[in-house]
Amino acid sequence: MSNPLADMEKPDVIFCIGTNMTECHPVAATRLKKAIAKGAKLIVADPRRIPLAEMADIHLPLRVGSDAALLLGMAHVIARDGLVDEGFVAERTTEATEFLEHVAEFPPEWAESITGVDAKLIEQAAQWYGAAERGAIYYTLGITEHICGVDNVQSLCNLVLMTGNIGREGTGINPMRGQNNIQGAGDCGALPNNYPGFQSVLEPAHQAKFAAAYGRECDLEIGPTKVQALDMCGDRVRAMLIDGENTVVTDPDRRHCEHALRSLDHLVVIDLFLTETAKLADVVLPATGWAETDGVCSNTERRVQRLRAAVSPPGEARPDWWAISRIAQRMGLKGFEFESAKEIFNELCSLSPIYAGLDWDRIENSEYQWPVPEPGHMGTPILHEDEFLNGRGIFHVIRYRDPAETISSDFPVWLTTGRRLASYHTRTQTGRSSGIDYLLSEERLEVNPVDVTNWGLEDGGWATMSSPRGSVKVKVEATNRSPLGTVFASFSFNDVPVNFLTGGGYDPVTHTAELKVCPVRIEPA
Amino acid sequence: MDKFDFEITLDGERVPARRGETIYEVSERHQKDIPTLCYDPRLEALGACRLCVVELEGARNPVASCTTRAEPGMNITTRSSRLEMHRGVLLEMVASENRDLDVDPLSGYASGEMATLLDRYGARSGRFAGAKSGTSRPDDDNPFILRDYENCISCYRCVRVCAEQEGDYAISIMNRGFETQITTEFEGLLKGSACTFCGQCIQTCPTGALADIKALANKDVPGETKKTRTICTYCGVGCSVDVMTREDKIVGVLPAMDGPANLGALCVKGQFAFDFVSHPDRLKAPLVRGEDGELHETDWDTALDRAAGGFVKANQEHGRESVYGIASGRAPHEAAYMMQRFIRGGFGTNQIDNCSRA
Repeated sequence: MSNPLADMEKPDVIFCIGTNMTECHPVAATRLKKAIAKGAKLIVADPRRIPLAEMADIHLPLRVGSDAALLLGMAHVIARDGLVDEGFVAERTTEATEFLEHVAEFPPEWAESITGVDAKLIEQAAQWYGAAERGAIYYTLGITEHICGVDNVQSLCNLVLMTGNIGREGTGINPMRGQNNIQGAGDCGALPNNYPGFQSVLEPAHQAKFAAAYGRECDLEIGPTKVQALDMCGDRVRAMLIDGENTVVTDPDRRHCEHALRSLDHLVVIDLFLTETAKLADVVLPATGWAETDGVCSNTERRVQRLRAAVSPPGEARPDWWAISRIAQRMGLKGFEFESAKEIFNELCSLSPIYAGLDWDRIENSEYQWPVPEPGHMGTPILHEDEFLNGRGIFHVIRYRDPAETISSDFPVWLTTGRRLASYHTRTQTGRSSGIDYLLSEERLEVNPVDVTNWGLEDGGWATMSSPRGSVKVKVEATNRSPLGTVFASFSFNDVPVNFLTGGGYDPVTHTAELKVCPVRIEPA
Repeated sequence: MDKFDFEITLDGERVPARRGETIYEVSERHQKDIPTLCYDPRLEALGACRLCVVELEGARNPVASCTTRAEPGMNITTRSSRLEMHRGVLLEMVASENRDLDVDPLSGYASGEMATLLDRYGARSGRFAGAKSGTSRPDDDNPFILRDYENCISCYRCVRVCAEQEGDYAISIMNRGFETQITTEFEGLLKGSACTFCGQCIQTCPTGALADIKALANKDVPGETKKTRTICTYCGVGCSVDVMTREDKIVGVLPAMDGPANLGALCVKGQFAFDFVSHPDRLKAPLVRGEDGELHETDWDTALDRAAGGFVKANQEHGRESVYGIASGRAPHEAAYMMQRFIRGGFGTNQIDNCSRA
C-alpha cells in the first residue's frame, strides 16, 4: 500500500475495485466503515453485490474482466470535465499528452458497451473521484488475477496521476495483500527478478554484492516464474523445494499442476500438514507453525513486525529456515550455519537497503514501515510524498482486451472465484479449527435466483459445472449477490476443486493466472 | 500532539489540557484512576454508568467526566468521600442485578473490570439483593460467543463496539429498566443476524456476560495464563494479538489494543481459528517415500540426507537450472530469505518464486 492502514479513515472519496474487503481483510474494512460513517463517499466496482457494494453510494456492477474498459471511461470523464490536477501532472508526471489524447477516444458510453455498467454511473463515479480532495483507491486480486492484471494496475495508476491523489494523507493506491507474509516473501527476495529488498538481478552491482555475501555468483538473468517452472517440470526442472504452499489446490488448472509435480525426479515439501501437495512429495519435512515460531513478517502497509513463539511445536517439527539451511549443509554448501531467526533477519537487513535501518531489536514494537534507509530513520508510512521511485510518474496508454476465454454457446456462463470470511485459502488451518464449520461447512455455488430457475437448478440442489479443463459437482445457493449470467465459488474446499476448471490464461508480464474469469457450463446434476 | 491549550485544576494541582479533551482524558493522563464501567477508549463516551462522576466547582451536582469537556479554569475534584460513597452505592446496585459477580478471566479481555471495582469499593454487601435483569440465551448454539445476559449490566459497550468499531450493527437494545435486553433483529440467533463473529463484544464486556466459549473450554487447563505478543496468521493486515497459553497449550487469543494495524480489532479467523496449531493432523516427524511408494515416518537425519541427495543428483545429472524453489507467503521472513539464499547461494540461479501469483 502507498499509504498506511490508519489513513483508511481519512479519504473523502473511496474507490474500491476488485476487493471483497469485508470478507478478505475484515479489520482493514472496519477503518473504511469509519470513514463512511464520517461522510466519505464510497464507490465500489465489483461484478457481485458483495457486502461492500451494499454500503456503497455507487456500485458499478461491471462484467468480469472488463476493469480496463471501466477505468478508461472514468479517465475520459476526468479529462473531459476539467478534473485533471494540472499542477501535479506538470510537476510530477510524464507522457501525459499522449495519454490524454488516448482517453479522449473512450467515452463512458463506450465503456458501458463493454462493461454493462450504465454510462451515467461511470460518469458520476469519475466525477466524484476526480473532484475528491483526498481520493483513495483500494484493490485486491479482482484487479490482478486477469490476463490484463498489469494493465488494470496501470489503469488505476493513471487515475491517481491525473488527479494527484498520491503522496498525501488519506490518498494513494493501495493493494491489499492477501497472505499474512506475502509482502514479506517479496521483501526477502523470494522472486525470480529481485534479490532481497527488490534489488534487480539484472544489475551487476547487485550481483557483485550478493556474490560477496553468499560466496557464489548468480546469473544476470531473471529466473522463470512459478507458473513457467510448473510448465518446465520433468524437462528443465527436475527437483523442487516447496515451502508452505498447497500448490495443487490453490493454483489454476489442477490437472496440469498435479501432472507437473508428479513428473519431477525429486520433490521436497515443508508444511504443517500432509496437504494435497505434500502427498506428492518424496520428502515431507514438518514445520513449526504460527505461535510456535520466532521470526518476522511484513503486512500490507509494509510494517515490519515480530512473530513470537508461545508454545512448543509438536513432535520433531522445526522452523522452515532450519530445515532449508540443514538441507544446504548436507549438500556441502558453505555459509548456512545459522542458529537463530535473529541471525538470519539481521543478515537480511545488512543486504537490503529498504531494511538498512532495522535489526531484530529495533522492530520489537512494530513501529517501522519500510523503507527505513538508515538507523535512526523513522520509516516511511506514506510512499511517493515528494517524488516517485523513478523520478516522475509515467502515464501508460492502455487498451481494453477481452479475457483469455469468453462465453460461448458451449460455455455460456461467467464463473468468478474468490474467498469467504470464515475460511482461509484451502482450509488447512481454518478447516482444522473448531467452530468454523458452524459458519461455513461446505462450498456453495452462488447463482442468481432467476438463473437458478432458468437453468433448471434448485436452491440447495446439486449442479455440474464444466469448463474446457474439467467438471466439478457443487451445491447451488440462490442469491442476488450474483448478477445474471455470472456465478461465484471459492476454492477453499478440496471436495469442490474449482481450480480444475480455471486456468484459461495468464498475464504476460506477471504470469498471474486469470482466476477471476472462467467461462463455464452449468447443468443440474 | 504535544501542544496544550490551557490549564485546569485537578485535585488542587494545575495541569495542562487540550481543547476538545474530556475531563476523564485529562485525568487519565495524570493517573487519577477514575472508575468506569461503560467506558472503552475506542468508543464514543456514553456517560451511562455514572461511576466516573467528578466534582466541578460551580456545578450543583457531580458531572460525568467521560462526557464533559475540559474548559479553561475548571476546578475538578476526582476523589472525595462524597464521590467515593456515591460510586460504592452505584456499584452495589449494579452488582445486585447480576447472577455471578466473578467470572473466569478467560471470558474476555475486560471481563474482570466489574469484579475489580467491587473489591476496590468493598461493594459486595449484597444489601440490594432482589430483582435481577437480563435473560440469557442458552438457545444460541453458536460455538464462539456466550450470551449470558443474566450477567449483563446494560453498559451497552457491546452494542457500541459492534456499531462504532466494527460497523456491523448486529445487536441493539430492547426495552428499558430491569427489562433491558441486548438482542439481535427479531430476537434471533447471532448467526441469522449481521454478526460476523469478530468477538469484539466479548472483549469489551466488563462482566463476562458475553464470553469467549472457545477460551472457556480451556478453563480447567492448569497453570498461570501467560500472554505472548505476536501477529495474526490470517491475511495481510497484520493484526497484533496476545496469545494466551497455559502449560504449553494455547487457551485463547486476545486482540492487542495497542496493535498498530488493528487497534484492538480482530475478525472471526484471528479471534477464534487458533486451535489448528494443536490439531492431531499436524506433522510430527519427517516423512520419506519408501520402495513401496508410500510415505513413511523417519528421523531428521535420514530425511535431510534424502532431501539433500535429490538436489545434488539433479544438479549433477541435469545441471543447476534443474532445481527450483517456491517460498511461502505464510511462513516468516527467515523462511523466504533462506529459500532464496539456498537457490542463489547453492545453484547460482534465480529459480525462486513465491505463491503470490496464484
